[in-house]
Amino acid sequence: MNAITEDMLHAYVDGQLDPARHAEVEAYLSAHPQAVEKVTAYRKQNEMLHALFDPALNEPLPAALRRGTAPPRPQWLRYAAMLGTLALGITLGYLGRGSLSASAVSPLALYKQAAFAHVAFAPEVLHPVEVSAQQETHLVNWLSKRLGAPVHAPHLAAAGFDLMGGRLLPDEARPAAQFMYQDSRGQRLTLYVKREPKNVSTTAFRFAKEDGVRVFYWVDRDFGYALSGELPRAELLRVAEVVYKQLNP
Amino acid sequence: MRDNEHPIEAHIPRLRRYARALTGEAARADDLVQDTLERAWSKLSLWRHGSDLRAWLFSIMHNVYLNQLDARARRPEEALPEAFDIPVAPAQEHALEIRDLSTALAQLPLEYREVLLLVGLEELRYEEAAKVLGVPLGTVMSRLARGRERLRQILSGTPQTTLRRVK
Repeated sequence: MNAITEDMLHAYVDGQLDPARHAEVEAYLSAHPQAVEKVTAYRKQNEMLHALFDPALNEPLPAALRRGTAPPRPQWLRYAAMLGTLALGITLGYLGRGSLSASAVSPLALYKQAAFAHVAFAPEVLHPVEVSAQQETHLVNWLSKRLGAPVHAPHLAAAGFDLMGGRLLPDEARPAAQFMYQDSRGQRLTLYVKREPKNVSTTAFRFAKEDGVRVFYWVDRDFGYALSGELPRAELLRVAEVVYKQLNP
Repeated sequence: MRDNEHPIEAHIPRLRRYARALTGEAARADDLVQDTLERAWSKLSLWRHGSDLRAWLFSIMHNVYLNQLDARARRPEEALPEAFDIPVAPAQEHALEIRDLSTALAQLPLEYREVLLLVGLEELRYEEAAKVLGVPLGTVMSRLARGRERLRQILSGTPQTTLRRVK
């Protein structure tokens, strides 16, 4: 085993170690109570920072800040945006290669966003979610407000998964939401939810694999949904069906 | 909500959270966010598409804040707050500890506080924090270690004099 450095203890606390190193630090901690004391104290500092300052996330924006958000758009920026969209369209068109209709452009981006977000947050030990399931009403109200339409956090107990909570995420045009679930074995799933433009029609379930993450995704009325996890495909589909039913009672 | 919302706007709540923690005062924090946004809009052409927008915004905030502190240092009548505003009274039994944390944060040197908040609160990766602050990775790590250790000692009531040796 390599020597455990002070830096590694911090990276352990912050969830910034790769799994091999993570295991090394855990082994070290089991034999070093003083290091455990440090790690516990640092972890608690992080938790207290969140407890103290997270409420600021949900306060209504003062008028001054809302004003500050309306940028004067120079002409060239509009061209840049158009070029960006064009490039995206070409890329997606190439990836789709005729198998998908134009209306499916958005869900294609959806599964990637969802898989990236899953990879980023599902392994989190300390802060898997921004608002926990204990504050479910607050979580749902907050995300609904930020996404600009009523969002629902499906209950997946029937499939063996409990809601851990959720977070707000940046997406291309407006924020998206992520709900996280965990089963009794500690396996995690995330449900990514984003607003879809009106012209995107409802789609069937689609399946994709990205970065080792399996994703079932679909568009249903105003929202795109993507359920991501490392479960076998059939199991993931079973959960996706539960999600769909919950959202369409 | 407008349909043409710019991606920058999705980051405003987090900029506000960081600014609140950094300055310790709601009003001052929102001034900082506003100045940061204005600067960001005017410099948007310098942001490299595809690079991390959030880290870019934090680095602008870092610079704007240093400028604000410089300007304030020339007007010494405006003292820094003794303890930080608590945004909302925390409901849990840790309320007392959390109040202590806000006082303790105010006592930390700015360099330590920034790293502690970027990593512990904003959950930036160490490399991102280094980029935001314009310092080498090793500096981030040593500030993080010292900041956390100092915070721990302040919170546990260890007298400040013993901290000198920490350097």
